[in-house]
Amino acid sequence: MANSDVALATARSKSGAIGGLLPGGLVIGLLAGLVAVSVVGLLLAASERTGRSIWTDPYLWAVLRFTILQASLSALISVALAIPVARALARRPDFFGRSLLVRILGVPMVLPTIVGVLGMVILLGRNGWLNQGLEGLGFSGQINVYGLSGILIAHVFFNMPFATRLLLSGWTTIPSEHWRLASQFGFNSGQIFRLIEWPMIREVAPGIAGVIFLLCFTSFAIVLTLGGGPPNATLEVAIYQALRFDFDLQRLLALALLQVVICAGVMAMLTFWARPVATDMALHAIHDRPDRVRVLARAVDGFWLALGALIVLAPLAALGSRFVTGPIFKVLSEEAVWAAAVRSLAVGLTAGCISVVLGWGLLSTARWLAVRRGKLWAARALETTASLSLVTPPLMLGAGLFLVLRTFTDPFALGLIIVVVVNAMMGLPFAVRILNPPMAQVARRYDRLVQGLGMNPIDRFRLVDWPLLRRPLALALGLTVALSFGDFGVIALFGTGQTETLPMVLYQRIGTYRIGEAAVVGGLLIGLCITVFAIIDRGVGGRATR
Amino acid sequence: MPRDRTTTAIRVDGVTFRYEEMTMRFDLKIAEGDFVMVLGPSGAGKSTLLSLIAGFDRPLDGTITLMGQEMTGVAPADRPVTTLFQEGNLFPHLTVAQNVGLGIHPGLKLNKNQHAQVSQALDQMGLAGLETRLPRALSGGERQRVALARSLVRNRPILLLDEPFAALDPGRRREMTDLVSDLAPERGLTVMMVSHQLEEVRDRSMRALFIHDGQVVADGAINDLVSSPTSSELRSYLGH
Amino acid sequence: MQLPLLSVRRPWHFAFGTLLAWPGLAAAQDLTVYTYSSFISEWGPGPIAEELFEAQCDCDLEFVGVDDGVALLSRLRLEGGSSPADVVLGLDLNLVAEAIADRIVVPHGLELPPLDLPIEWTDEYFVPYDWGNFAFVYDTEALEFPPSSLRDLVENSDVEILIQDPRTSTPGLGLLLWLRQVYGEAAPGAWAQLQPRIVAVTSGWSEAYGMFLEGEAPMVLSYTTSPAYHRIAEQVDRYAAGEFSEGHYTQVEVAGISSTSDNPELAGEFLMFLLSPEFQAAIPTTNWMYPVRLPPEGLPDGFTPVPESAALLYPSETVRDNRQAWIDEWLTAMSR
Repeated sequence: MANSDVALATARSKSGAIGGLLPGGLVIGLLAGLVAVSVVGLLLAASERTGRSIWTDPYLWAVLRFTILQASLSALISVALAIPVARALARRPDFFGRSLLVRILGVPMVLPTIVGVLGMVILLGRNGWLNQGLEGLGFSGQINVYGLSGILIAHVFFNMPFATRLLLSGWTTIPSEHWRLASQFGFNSGQIFRLIEWPMIREVAPGIAGVIFLLCFTSFAIVLTLGGGPPNATLEVAIYQALRFDFDLQRLLALALLQVVICAGVMAMLTFWARPVATDMALHAIHDRPDRVRVLARAVDGFWLALGALIVLAPLAALGSRFVTGPIFKVLSEEAVWAAAVRSLAVGLTAGCISVVLGWGLLSTARWLAVRRGKLWAARALETTASLSLVTPPLMLGAGLFLVLRTFTDPFALGLIIVVVVNAMMGLPFAVRILNPPMAQVARRYDRLVQGLGMNPIDRFRLVDWPLLRRPLALALGLTVALSFGDFGVIALFGTGQTETLPMVLYQRIGTYRIGEAAVVGGLLIGLCITVFAIIDRGVGGRATR
Repeated sequence: MPRDRTTTAIRVDGVTFRYEEMTMRFDLKIAEGDFVMVLGPSGAGKSTLLSLIAGFDRPLDGTITLMGQEMTGVAPADRPVTTLFQEGNLFPHLTVAQNVGLGIHPGLKLNKNQHAQVSQALDQMGLAGLETRLPRALSGGERQRVALARSLVRNRPILLLDEPFAALDPGRRREMTDLVSDLAPERGLTVMMVSHQLEEVRDRSMRALFIHDGQVVADGAINDLVSSPTSSELRSYLGH
Repeated sequence: MQLPLLSVRRPWHFAFGTLLAWPGLAAAQDLTVYTYSSFISEWGPGPIAEELFEAQCDCDLEFVGVDDGVALLSRLRLEGGSSPADVVLGLDLNLVAEAIADRIVVPHGLELPPLDLPIEWTDEYFVPYDWGNFAFVYDTEALEFPPSSLRDLVENSDVEILIQDPRTSTPGLGLLLWLRQVYGEAAPGAWAQLQPRIVAVTSGWSEAYGMFLEGEAPMVLSYTTSPAYHRIAEQVDRYAAGEFSEGHYTQVEVAGISSTSDNPELAGEFLMFLLSPEFQAAIPTTNWMYPVRLPPEGLPDGFTPVPESAALLYPSETVRDNRQAWIDEWLTAMSR
């Protein structure tokens, strides 16, 4: 090898370090830039207008109080209901329909929020199934879908199944010896709960409750639709209202600051104190336990399983029944609906692709740091930054970008672009969570071989990463596209006649109480969501190569 | 720079490396055409030594000189080295021929001549006719022979074997070791081979390095090391 | 405001374009009118206005719908100097002074014909195109004895109501001012008293009225003229407007030329068109409000007669100076 070759090779190797850090660095820079721009936008805009003192605004504290109240209650009720349901599922590992039930519990996790809200309105409205049923049974009291009760019911619908699945995986972490001991000593159900199950629950439940608290703390679509009036707003909804209703930038800034501080605080608490929630939803077999044969135990489990199924299925059934009796033809022949659907598809596909590309870039560098440089902590830190979006919620981010763009152009004209950007950021944690394990595995197995053979990045992607990772890539893309497709968040800030997305159309139909039409739009939304997901999963994922 | 006239193929000078709590330091010289066994308990640093030579790990200090060229900052693919790993030598989604072809062009852009070269290498490894198979359709021994075929077409003077035959049954393992022992002088290869199974080495006069706790603590012919172990670590390793 | 519910028109050609759409690319003879969403629903006055005006102007009239009147003002403020609006249609008298102070509109410089309004019109920026009185509309089948006054509603009644948000909706703002007129400084207390019986505060009129028709509450904030829609268009006699002894708060809906318009002449032409006999004749049965120029043949059969009693009304300067403070008070009272 000639000296110049060595020099060349040395230069190439140095550029290898740059190449390794570049993608992740770019992504971090992009995310940080985005957050910085929107925060600076908020600060600048708020300083533009002088006015009353923001921290003595009683409305601000009323909103904060309500936000914390509803999030705490939602988390508490969700976990409290999830414990007996998960316990029943854990105690009955083999009944007919169990796997179906577990799947059903997964539905609210992927159901577009606004569609779930519609189900609630149909089920719980003045003329809904529940109130009609109560009336038929002779109860005069009515359940109000608007206000705290409606918000709590909707949050429980979305989060109880989530908590159940996470708790269930907590049950699988109980060592099988404990069950054998229980059998040997002849523990009864109560003793098993106290001595074996409760210690596990006490360790796992706070983390789960914390995550649900955070999700409900930043809840937007549900509270906006079911809030029913000024006191019932989360900070996210109040941010939206401060911008769109009052154009009160001082209040907006105060709300945003409170939001960031509290979210970051809860996130930090979750990271440092709570035991990490098991992210793999693998549902291993649970060992035989002595308390499952009793008749009473069967009855109790049956009750909780039925209740769990009912909480998820009732709103979906209500939605389905209004769909089939709804003005299907009329709605499906509306140009506006299809235009919104096409727009939603464009937004979803663009945002999903960006999420996956950003996730890929971030993980490429994380993988490079971990495998080539042995800096595991740096890799972990990089992976964690993907969750940054949990601390800077979409409405805040959207409002900041809105205010910055306003100085250059008509922000409504760029509305959909901002929606794409924010949705892409919101999808990033999901993309990272899906891509990380398989990418790490491929890197561990093949990185040295790739290095030894001297593949360039393009050949590496073409010959190694793409064939080995296209299934998780397709899954990540499908999920992020579907999430963004069904999202009703930032679009509320920018939505106008020309930028309406399908979830926005649905929101308006619910708002104007055209429930039959809303049910048809909701059905279309779900149908398109599933179709898009399936096409991406099959089309991009191809046949199994692994 | 003119080619260094020495016959030293591998020269490791004061190379230090840290892995978790262990600091390693290596000094050694291997002549061109030598076949050297690398012995030692697991976690002693055998694989790390090979990784440093191959360029997968970067020394904190010291220099590695291969075939007379100093290697600091040279990427693994640009070193005169091919490494065979215990597993993961083949991509499961590529055919046997493609896996070998990667050794000629890492983007798999091969001309007719090069395709013939691939077939020839496979033929030489006794794998003729398996070109279009996927690795999962092969036995463990066949898979490692495919990897060996690729190292042949890569045509690098140094071959590092990081326990590539450890997962095979004893008969196969001996067969593969023999194959490499025959191939090396034929091709003029300098070989370093990490192994646990001393018994399977045909030629007991072969040189061996014994590594312990990140250092080479014994160096000599296998026979000598076994008959008169110089260090207590080597004695306990050999079960004396 | 009209009754059948909103639907947004003609966005098909924006399907892909919107992602990259940029304002200001429209031809000179395009007129962009910002209005509240129910104005441009297929049953509203929008389609008629478009048909009639496009026939006379040789231009393309483009409506942009925003939830409701107050939100319209916020939207124009948000857009600032970059707004593509030529005409702002659907603010009401309460917002006139604020809109002028914010330089959202420019003087129209038009000679207006004589108007049939309950007040004298002298404003140089805005042209009124219809008016009405706010009222609580109720379902006679669900509510036998409606409250007889606003005080009665607040203090003695247990009826549940639907109202609109004064931060977005002109009826919502109207009710805020109505309560102020009746209660003065005691208004926040009255709101706190009313709060438990407010089923929902919606962002627009359409939302509240839609919920009312679905039976979510027996009473909704709307207009004295709303029952006429059910009588005339649906031949349904079930809905009535509660008559309140303190008098009803009056709304005058107005339109003006946007300060960002690049075609103020055409915008002025459109304002004059709003006062044309043809369009004014369409107001009662499309927007279900009183026209500002009564047709010679009078209002349609079954339409609510023009009220004789004096209207409650704040000067728009008072609203401009107090709106923010009163809304903050309202927010606080409602959050108790």
